[in-house]
Amino acid sequence: MKINGKSENKSLLRFTTAGSVDDGKSTLIGRLLYDSKSIFEDQMEHIVQSGKRLGRDELDLSLLTDGLRAEREQGITIDVAYRYFATPRRKFIIADTPGHIQYTRNMVTGASTADLAVILIDARKGVLEQTIRHSYIASLLDIRHIIFCINKMDMVEWAESVFNRIKDELTLLTVKLNITDSHFIPISAKYGDNVVDQSSRMNWYNGKTFLNLIETIEIRKNKNPDNKRFPVQTIIRPNTTEFHDYRGYAGRVAGGVFRPGEEVTILPSLRKSKIKSIDVLGKTLSETVAGDSVAISLEDEIDISRGDMLVSTDDLPVISQDINLMICWFNERPMQLGGKYLIRINSNEAGCIIKSVSYRMNINTLENDFENRSINMNDIANITIKTSKPVFFDSYKKNNITGSMIFIDEGTNETVAAGMII
Amino acid sequence: MKNTLNINDEHLKELEDEAIFVMREVAAQFENKVLLFSGGKDSIVLVHLARKAFWPARIPFSLMHIDTGHNFEETLKFRDDLAKEFGAELIVRYVQDSINNGRVTEEHGINASRNKAQSITLLDAIEELKIDVAIGGGRRDEEKARAKERFFSHRNEFGQWDPKNQRPELWNIFNGRKHQGEHFRVFPISNWTELDVWQYILNESIKLPELYYTHRRRIFSRNGVYLAWAPFMQLKPDEKVFETDVRCRTIGDITCTGVTLSKADTLEEIIAEIAATRVTERGGRYDDKRSEAAMEDRKKEGYF
Repeated sequence: MKINGKSENKSLLRFTTAGSVDDGKSTLIGRLLYDSKSIFEDQMEHIVQSGKRLGRDELDLSLLTDGLRAEREQGITIDVAYRYFATPRRKFIIADTPGHIQYTRNMVTGASTADLAVILIDARKGVLEQTIRHSYIASLLDIRHIIFCINKMDMVEWAESVFNRIKDELTLLTVKLNITDSHFIPISAKYGDNVVDQSSRMNWYNGKTFLNLIETIEIRKNKNPDNKRFPVQTIIRPNTTEFHDYRGYAGRVAGGVFRPGEEVTILPSLRKSKIKSIDVLGKTLSETVAGDSVAISLEDEIDISRGDMLVSTDDLPVISQDINLMICWFNERPMQLGGKYLIRINSNEAGCIIKSVSYRMNINTLENDFENRSINMNDIANITIKTSKPVFFDSYKKNNITGSMIFIDEGTNETVAAGMII
Repeated sequence: MKNTLNINDEHLKELEDEAIFVMREVAAQFENKVLLFSGGKDSIVLVHLARKAFWPARIPFSLMHIDTGHNFEETLKFRDDLAKEFGAELIVRYVQDSINNGRVTEEHGINASRNKAQSITLLDAIEELKIDVAIGGGRRDEEKARAKERFFSHRNEFGQWDPKNQRPELWNIFNGRKHQGEHFRVFPISNWTELDVWQYILNESIKLPELYYTHRRRIFSRNGVYLAWAPFMQLKPDEKVFETDVRCRTIGDITCTGVTLSKADTLEEIIAEIAATRVTERGGRYDDKRSEAAMEDRKKEGYF
């Protein structure tokens, strides 16, 4: 894309949307795609036809994102849907997550890969239990930027006082949750006010429109610039004449910068070696940074396998069998205290036993509940586990890749929980 | 930035890193791995990404093609050449065989297509060869049911997809654990859009079948979609075959792949054309027009 004769580098912004049932999330996304001309003629034809069939009078933009038959019939969003659109400034990936209370796992899922969270609030209803829950989840998953869209302003006569009252309440919430970058926009997704174009009915609002804000907001992409972390995914051994002795450790850099010639320590063996080369399809790189998928080869022949990690010698992660973490429970079968689960922490896998529950989070009051410690679906809790072997990790706040894990039920193979190490 | 000449370098690099990561997870988590190869651009990009993910070793997946017998001739030659060039094993299974042995009933009539029948042939091949993962080039931007798809998508022992009960997928941690007889479909380029794929093809100088570029072809119009004519296709009385300059925007079974009137014969021209178009890529796919939930229904049955 050429702008002013200069080559423009488009960046990628991933955001997640959350709101209660009928807050108008799907309508907001539909409106965004429609007004930014990202809806195509055949998609438009689809939603017009579909709307007729379902007996809706007005053009229902939510039909664009509700992709499953059951969703369209019931008018609700069941599962995370991913949407894509671009403007000349940025490319966007939207994780549209259902706001219904039993679908919290979808919000956590969508939030886990997001740079930014958009939380919708119905102007008539103000801050609800779900608003607190969604904001809390965004802060729990360490999303640093939140945009609160106060929607349905058309139904409160475009009143500034309503907006201000909700904004004040939300500001208190963000302080409590330690959310540093929050934004508030009064919108009407249905009529498009302040979504792409500035509203003429809310002249009292001087801020950016929603699209303008997400196009320009500065995102710190590289979350983990400091600590060298390279989890090994798989070993590349060509066994050909040309590359007879080549042994590459394939992985995606999870933190820091790696350069040839530098010393690294290999976990869990704690042996040391030097980086011989960093390769991608015949090209040798002079450095590789967090986010890159590369193959690293070392000077010495060391026994390294999937799940091991290359780190800088003077900055090791925690190596331990005891882990204290926050979890969000996803499964209908409650968590078993003393029960055994598999954990997967980046490419490493281990068994674990649930040792204790410190507290459960009461998301209505944002207080810790020390009384009722049974963990059911959608509960968020602070727990301690013991792993079957020493694992290496960082705190989630320090590194969201080496500090996150999933829990797997060995009987059903289902992913039953997500964990963020404290 | 390594190459400032490229378009959208930064976001394409991120998508590439993600896709390579997913490919390597597949290599590490599964035993019997195939890459579903149709000869279309998405599967060609997958092969390129697989080379990048495992270089200097060979691609650790076999290429598998479910052949409906209704192909564009050129794609078959392209398929064979590509497999040979990268030393990958090629597995072909034929829908015709499934018809002959009674597993599939051939559709009849004007809109007859073997598109749906592919699912049965594919699931039979998965069972026969004990395949536990099949990598596909599906993208979430293609279609509304695909928008709900995971990177690692679980299939039960009947090969079925249960969209209402999918495993949550967090960060970059993929859970490929399964019971005997179940398998996974994995979609490394889930987050790519059509335009991303084309820009990547340009940036990486990836070779494509000539069908994607402008060429003379005999076509006819049906319900607003131009279809390539082939001898086994039935025409309605008012449908007339004529010859003009076209190119394929997607390549699938010839009976349901629409063609675009176009004179674009370079990647740059194709990208400009796609950037300006007002119809989605699958807007020309006859298989999606059958009903509103056509894709969802086919996917539940085991489609790609």
